[in-house]
Amino acid sequence: MLRVGVIGVQGAVSEHIEAVKRAFERLGVEGEAFWLRRPEQLNAIDAIILPGGESTTISRLMQKNGLFEPVKKLGEEGLPIMGTCAGLILLAKEVEGAVEGQRFLELLDVRVNRNAYGRQVDSFEAPLKLSFSDEPFPGVFIRAPKIVELLNDKVKPIAWHGDEVVGVEQGNIIGLAFHPELTDDARLHEYFLRKAL
Amino acid sequence: MGKLHVIEAKGTERLKRGFARMVKGGVIMDVTNAEQARIAEEAGAVSVMALHKVPADIRKAGGVARMAPIEKIQEIMDAVTIPVMAKVRIGHVAEARVLEALGVDMIDESEVLTPADPFFHIDKREFNVPFVCGARNLGEAVRRIWEGSAMIRTKGEAGTGNIVEAVRHVRLVADNIRLIQRMTDEQVYAVAEKFAEPYLRLARQIREISGLPEQILENEPVYGHYTYREIVDGLYKILLEIKKLGRLPVVNFAAGGVATPADAALMMQMGMDGVFVGSGIFKSSTPEKMARAIVEAVNHWDEPDVIAAISKEIGEPMKGLEIEELEVRLEERGV
Repeated sequence: MLRVGVIGVQGAVSEHIEAVKRAFERLGVEGEAFWLRRPEQLNAIDAIILPGGESTTISRLMQKNGLFEPVKKLGEEGLPIMGTCAGLILLAKEVEGAVEGQRFLELLDVRVNRNAYGRQVDSFEAPLKLSFSDEPFPGVFIRAPKIVELLNDKVKPIAWHGDEVVGVEQGNIIGLAFHPELTDDARLHEYFLRKAL
Repeated sequence: MGKLHVIEAKGTERLKRGFARMVKGGVIMDVTNAEQARIAEEAGAVSVMALHKVPADIRKAGGVARMAPIEKIQEIMDAVTIPVMAKVRIGHVAEARVLEALGVDMIDESEVLTPADPFFHIDKREFNVPFVCGARNLGEAVRRIWEGSAMIRTKGEAGTGNIVEAVRHVRLVADNIRLIQRMTDEQVYAVAEKFAEPYLRLARQIREISGLPEQILENEPVYGHYTYREIVDGLYKILLEIKKLGRLPVVNFAAGGVATPADAALMMQMGMDGVFVGSGIFKSSTPEKMARAIVEAVNHWDEPDVIAAISKEIGEPMKGLEIEELEVRLEERGV
């Protein structure tokens, strides 16, 4: 029984829960995906997802909720954590364009630029190349951050838009600049959940 | 990577509705200048709505309320990193094109401003920028979704600090959805026909003026290039989706009259995805505290002990107005 918590303070939470359920089905595993809003829910958890939303808001509310420090600690101890869009920003070690005083989990050795692609009018869809699959993946980029630098070779690219890296993994941590939860394609959620099996 | 042909699509329905999904569980705050925008961002707002005056002041000032001055919107866009929304008058395609060119993240086609078009709302499918529109009931919501709105909000009665109308709109939509779920598809089609009627007002008026029989022709466009039957079919498809989902297929926020943390929590308890706050913040005694408190109330909507703690330190909420005594009802604009 796999227990996957989606940080549920703000953003596209239910979409990730649905995507995790689809991935459970494809993997043929028993599992539960739930809204993670309180620190006591972190007991007996197998994986955490940080959804898209507003990184400033999510960071602030996670600190206020008492989720910030324990999630950081679990990540450092090897618990699988995946962040999409705002979630990638929260995981990053270095952030360009951060709001003053904003805190990050610093679990992923990348530098990201928070509003690199521009505003909503610059949001786009494009097919992506994945490291573990030959089929293109539908990339949905909404006011997306850009991964501008991998800070060391512990970080491995897993998704590309053209020749630009838009998804990375570092051991137990996955960071994606786009939104797999807004598509029917569960391959990335499945790839992530394998880390928890 | 050379083998992968990169095709980019912009302004798709997925991108528009997806943007709205990213603000779920959040508070969108009305702001009129850069300083207020920074207060909102600092307080944890997921987005700000740039406008000339908050609704309470629009009420007081009277006159024609239009799109905010471009310099002001630009000033606000430059001041914060969270998304910036801005309002246009109902049906004012040109104002909307200006805001799209300026690069605002979402347009609110809003009854809070003076309507520009007495017959129709903007065909939002023609735009790359996503739209949010107000709705008092399921008919208004379904019409706006068919026109391409990526997000719906209750109209409430803006600028009053009185939650009663927002509650009315949530109930009207929610109970209508439950009723739709009990219906056969044939019965749902009849509802679609009823919901399509406001699109006929212009055609009917022209007939009356011209002394023609009331009957609209099958091949006669009544809204843009759409005939009545095409509109009915479009609304029917959306109603079937609503019947299946048990909710609107787009993000649904509360707006109009939210003045306290408990008001915000009430809206979340009634199933809203988030909250717009206008006058409620900047007409309270300590806007910074009220803004932060409302953000936290939306996050902790189902924890009354937390709401109690939050509500202690926020000073006086805005005074509020009795709806029956209003001279202007903003919510009645645009059906």
